[in-house]
Amino acid sequence: MAEKINNKSVFFNPFSKDNPVIVQVLGICSVLAVTAKLEPAIVMGISVIAVLAFSNVIISLLRNTIPTNIRIIVQLVVVAGLVVIVNQLLKAYTYDVSKQLSVFIGLIITNCILMGRLEAFAMANKPWPSFLDGIGNGIGYTIILVIVGFFRELLGSGTLLGYQVVPQWCYDHGYVNNGLMILPPMALIVVACIIWVHRLCNKDLQED
Amino acid sequence: MLRKYLDKIKPNFEPGGKLQSFRSVFDGFETFLYTPKSTSASGVHVHDSIDSKRVMIIVVAALIPCLLFGMYNTGYQNFIGSGITDLNFWSIMLYGFLAILPKIIVTYVVGLGIEFVVAQWRGEEIQEGFLVTGILVPLICPVTTPLWMLAVATAFSVIFVKEVFGGTGFNIFNVALVTRAVLFFGYPASMSGDRAFISSEPICGVGGTVTYSDAFTGATPLGQIANGADAATDAAGHILSTWDAFLGLYPGSFGETSTLCVLIGAALLLITGIASWKIMASVFAGGLFMGWIAYTFQSPLYPGSHMLPIDQLVYGGFAFAAVFMATDPVTAARTGLGKYIYGFLVGVVAIIIRVYNNGYPEGAMLAVLLMNALAPLIDYCVVQANISRRMRRLRV
Repeated sequence: MAEKINNKSVFFNPFSKDNPVIVQVLGICSVLAVTAKLEPAIVMGISVIAVLAFSNVIISLLRNTIPTNIRIIVQLVVVAGLVVIVNQLLKAYTYDVSKQLSVFIGLIITNCILMGRLEAFAMANKPWPSFLDGIGNGIGYTIILVIVGFFRELLGSGTLLGYQVVPQWCYDHGYVNNGLMILPPMALIVVACIIWVHRLCNKDLQED
Repeated sequence: MLRKYLDKIKPNFEPGGKLQSFRSVFDGFETFLYTPKSTSASGVHVHDSIDSKRVMIIVVAALIPCLLFGMYNTGYQNFIGSGITDLNFWSIMLYGFLAILPKIIVTYVVGLGIEFVVAQWRGEEIQEGFLVTGILVPLICPVTTPLWMLAVATAFSVIFVKEVFGGTGFNIFNVALVTRAVLFFGYPASMSGDRAFISSEPICGVGGTVTYSDAFTGATPLGQIANGADAATDAAGHILSTWDAFLGLYPGSFGETSTLCVLIGAALLLITGIASWKIMASVFAGGLFMGWIAYTFQSPLYPGSHMLPIDQLVYGGFAFAAVFMATDPVTAARTGLGKYIYGFLVGVVAIIIRVYNNGYPEGAMLAVLLMNALAPLIDYCVVQANISRRMRRLRV
């Protein structure tokens, strides 16, 4: 705690250099599950940003009063409470998307990114940096979700956010949507491609 | 003469020459045309007299009977379906040739193109693995597969199944089968169903337009049976006997229908010692065994279970997969006992998928891919069992 926390790097590092999905490889399960279409991917990303930011702040405020041996339970309770709120909000305002996301909003509780950030950052830092850290990691997660969702919806359904993007004359000339893109394995391969490109651009992240 | 020409242009490609960045391309062509003369300079190395380029060429030669028969069959199905009565052998062959040629060209251009680019990029020698893959892919796909789909699937599987694992010899899955699997799952409408397996348009004025009707559905025999037909019929509506199925004049993927031609290829592979007879024999044994079980416990829920065990082997792609896919030395099990287990399970799983999943009338592709994934595990268990047996012997 003695070291000086640079708020700017706390916020911006998770975008690329320390991205939770493609560098730390956390939260892969939800990336595979919710990215068949772009819209649920965006909603999922926003939900994770909100839950992550507020749980980081709450845990950071409580960090000096939580007994160490039950800290995971406390963290889970906080996250679970926030997830229930988010879930209810989604059901109230975006019912269709909420139905598509189904169980995966509830599963934010078990999202590795949350536990990782709470343990690694919020337990040791003041509320404001923790808030920035939560927002930053949430955005880093959302960026990947949106990229994967973009390619999967474009190539798998020919649409973006539900609007037809691939023009009709392509279909008339024999173009067919790739059904494999809708299936979960392709999400894994798209994420792998993103990691590939990312490592090519950032030589210092390459392992031997 | 060719040799002289190659020697003349060779200095251009040596380090320092003006075309040195294309060195691997030149090297690839030179060693393709002539067995390299260079030998290892130090140490003891035992070299077989044939290298992997020669092995690949023999496999391609073994595929020629299937290719020729596929041409004939494609033309034959089109002529029958469009009601042409003048069944001239040469015009049938010409039709089949025109149908398959673009697919072979597209597969080779895309696949070899990627191989060349990657080899240049890494500064490695061009690897020859695609020589066989490029001919296998058109043979295992329906003849109506659009060319662009073929190109997309080939590119996908060469990049993601082969090159990212390190190129020829390092892939864990059979590249040709993954190409087919990508097509199968990516574009199910074009890869299965009744209309996919017969080329229905005239090509360059040869052949006729096929008209589908109740009497001529164009479904493959396995497709018909999975849909509940009592017996498989050929395009003209005659009931197929086991012998007809063995010869292979029925709708199906291009080169896989004729078990006879597959066996000619198998004979060539076995005589030259390239493919493992252990795997081939045990795939057929596994297929017979599971076919027998399914036949013994037949059920109206699963129409495929009414087929005789021997019919399971001669219909569809089973024989082709057993001879050319399961024996791929890179992706199969490598230990002696492991080869028996691997082959047997390929046969069993293929028939299980075929009989007990009515959505997939043909299971050979998925069976081989599944067992590709399990082959290293089988090898590991065999080796560990061997080690512990010897350890026990040592202790006694």
